[in-house]
Amino acid sequence: MVNPTQEAAPSVRAPWNEAPYPVLVADDQGTLVSVNEVAGLLFPDARAGSALAGVVPAWLSSAHARRLAPAVTTPAGADADIDVDVDVDIDVDVVAQGPVSDRSYEAHPTVRGDGTVVWWLVDDTDHRLAREALRMERERTDFLGQASNLLLSSLNLGRCMDVTAQMAAEHLADAALVIAPSRGRELPIVSCVRGGVPVSSRVAARPEAVPGLAEALQGFPPVPSRWIDPATAPAWLVPEGFGTVGSIVITPLPGHGVPAGALVLLRRAGGAGFTEGEEVFARLFAARAGAAMSAARLYAEQASLSETLMRDLLPPSLHQVSGVEYAGGYRPSLDHERIGGDFYDVHPAAVEGEASLVVLGDVCGKGLEAAVMTGKIRNTLHALLPMADDHQRMLNLLNTALLSTHNARFATLVLASAIREGSTVKLRLTSAGHPAPLILRADGRVEEAATHGTLVGALPAVTAETAEVTLAPGETCVLFTDGITEARGGPMGGAMFGDARLRRVLVECAGMPAQAVVERVQMLASEWVGTGRHDDMALVVISAPRTHHLSAVGGHTRGRFTG
Amino acid sequence: MADPTDSEAIDSPVERLVERLVERLWDAVLAGDERAATAVVRRALDDGRDPEGVLLDVIARVQSRVGEQWAANRITVTQEHIATAINERAVATVAAHPAAARQPSRGRVVVACVDGEWHGLPARLVAEVLRLRGWQVDYLGAHVPTPHLVAHIHRTGPDVVALSSSIPTLLPTAHATITACQAAGTPVLAGGAAFGPDGAYARLLGADAWAPDARAAADRLEHRPLPRPQPDHQAIDDLPHLADQEYTLVARTRPQLVRTVFAGLEDRYPAMRGYDEAQRERTAGDLAHIVEFLGAALYTDDAELFSRFLLWTAGILEARGVPAQSLPPALDLLGNELKDFPRATGILRSATARLTRIPLTVGGAAE
Repeated sequence: MVNPTQEAAPSVRAPWNEAPYPVLVADDQGTLVSVNEVAGLLFPDARAGSALAGVVPAWLSSAHARRLAPAVTTPAGADADIDVDVDVDIDVDVVAQGPVSDRSYEAHPTVRGDGTVVWWLVDDTDHRLAREALRMERERTDFLGQASNLLLSSLNLGRCMDVTAQMAAEHLADAALVIAPSRGRELPIVSCVRGGVPVSSRVAARPEAVPGLAEALQGFPPVPSRWIDPATAPAWLVPEGFGTVGSIVITPLPGHGVPAGALVLLRRAGGAGFTEGEEVFARLFAARAGAAMSAARLYAEQASLSETLMRDLLPPSLHQVSGVEYAGGYRPSLDHERIGGDFYDVHPAAVEGEASLVVLGDVCGKGLEAAVMTGKIRNTLHALLPMADDHQRMLNLLNTALLSTHNARFATLVLASAIREGSTVKLRLTSAGHPAPLILRADGRVEEAATHGTLVGALPAVTAETAEVTLAPGETCVLFTDGITEARGGPMGGAMFGDARLRRVLVECAGMPAQAVVERVQMLASEWVGTGRHDDMALVVISAPRTHHLSAVGGHTRGRFTG
Repeated sequence: MADPTDSEAIDSPVERLVERLVERLWDAVLAGDERAATAVVRRALDDGRDPEGVLLDVIARVQSRVGEQWAANRITVTQEHIATAINERAVATVAAHPAAARQPSRGRVVVACVDGEWHGLPARLVAEVLRLRGWQVDYLGAHVPTPHLVAHIHRTGPDVVALSSSIPTLLPTAHATITACQAAGTPVLAGGAAFGPDGAYARLLGADAWAPDARAAADRLEHRPLPRPQPDHQAIDDLPHLADQEYTLVARTRPQLVRTVFAGLEDRYPAMRGYDEAQRERTAGDLAHIVEFLGAALYTDDAELFSRFLLWTAGILEARGVPAQSLPPALDLLGNELKDFPRATGILRSATARLTRIPLTVGGAAE
């Protein structure tokens, strides 16, 4: 181990000989000058005097050649000889890096005064493994974070299935299927091939046809992911044009106490199969997807439940009935609600030639509880329709019913019987503790109907006076709740909308169709309150349709500025 | 009433036919004659006219003429409302006609107006055109509270929300709605005059797409599907200038600002003390409007938004024989109240300069 020509001192005295790391010294010809003991163990063929290229991996010998390159002109041929098969990470500047058998090393060079280079080798296998594990873990955390974000953003089952299938196809497999549990004969499926878009379909198939699918869909008892033989998979499990399947794994999607479905991952033949680590990771993803899907399912069930319950509490849409025009508008006090303590109905006459009954009322309180009460009142009034011509009697029977109901609240309301007579509409209006209806005449006058009475549900009896009103063509009767007149706001803030302003607004509505009157009043009242708090607001407009053009709104007179 | 379009050069027979339909519908709408209006539409469809063309080249044009004629004070507010109501019936007539029957062959779209937006007709037209093009359309109507829209998105899982707004003061609300839809994983196509002549505010507020009209909206959705929004987007990143709180403070103190400016105007113009209730209220309403538009300009950080509004207002006032001289003093008083707000004072100053420099014409200002 001595180079007699260049190294006078015996090599045993060289400091690196006892070093616990492999050390190689090579000269500018690529010939080994010295090999320490540990290096000898690592490179069994390495001896002083042998060519570096023959005894160490190519990445190291080529690093040596490059290290010399600035100082020594290496023939092009020699370079090409050395640079074969360099499939390693090389730090071009100083440190070289590459595998030696099953481990990985960094080689740090130091150039000595005589032109030889000392290569200090450091085993970085564990470091690299740790870095690789960290990178993969970061990727997975990112992926799970992104999955959570996307899944949390929607409460729609179809959308959650789309996201699940697409993310699984992008990150876990070549294609993915999400299968939702089904009560019917068809399985709802969303499939997605990597790089494609999710496709939903329904397949008439029994889950038992696929090994492990029925158990996964059942959700309980907990089952592990399951590999199935691609040969036994039914055709519907493989997306069209996918190619030959190499491996299939079925993972249950755990839900909140209810089965959420199953995730099927497919990889093509020829590619890598699923490792155990990947399968564990797929389960982590499945847990998130399952939670989102069962939340979405729960939301859909609740939403359809409340929709069913609420259907009868929603204000009806009004239109023309027996030659009388009706329009209604409603805004609950809370923007996220669709119902509240105000209500209205138009009941067409059971017999042609009799009056239709219009009801508009206001239950004390707001929100869902008040809305439930409006439902009771509307039902009671519906049952009392046969005596609709006798407002007093109707109100008293309603009063008795409310007084005998547990937890009842009191209410105010207006009853209006409307019937077309020739081109006019005859109205009988009765207010029970409610603001009196306003009558908008064709010439723009606004009158208050002469009716007043006591509220219902508070006193043993209701007393009320009925007013009779005739609407000429184009004239309008407006029933409204105090949510409109008592709305606070305005440009300077804190002012009440008030009766006077409502009348001024109606003056401008002379000749408008019923629906336009409703929208105009609603718009101005809403703008008045702005973003401030308000009570429920409801109005119903009853109009006698115009039989021919009114000269005031004819197309051939010049308009007058009223705004 | 002579109409400006009468004198326009019309070259093709098809255009002449469309022009005649527009005139007939305009007459019916202005006369408040619903039956005549729906008859014009029905007959056009019976004669084989394309339903989309009837909606956009006839009804939409009549509706925009309604707006122009109101701005120029040639029709009253009442007439405007009657005309709009009848135009809505005309749209319904098209929708119900057998020629407009379609089977859904594309995805699902929700069409809605921003909360506070009461002009539902443009959105209704978009909804009908999309339906004609094969989309499954849920039309939620005018002034849709954002919580209702989001609940609907969760229930139905649409591919896109088409959001309409015509008034720039609703831009902050529109922003909240766009953000909410996107947070629920649904892209938003914005449309309507509120988003600016070239859709600049739609981009600013992070809408996924913008279209100038119903036809463009349908084309846009047809040619390139909107991608799902990514959940890592933060709305505040779009509008970093909101950090100075000027918008928040102006919006919150609007009634106080109106009261102060009103009192200041009374001091400068003693004649105002003789105003009746309705006149006082109209003035206060105008001032509130000015503050709201200032708020919208602060929100978007665009002084031009405010200037445009003032020039338009001046044009409207002039068309009604009301002198616009009260505007600069009002801006001046408002500026005094907001002197600690650099962006607000800048916006007011540049608007005042424009107002006193540019001669006003109804046509130009009302465009």
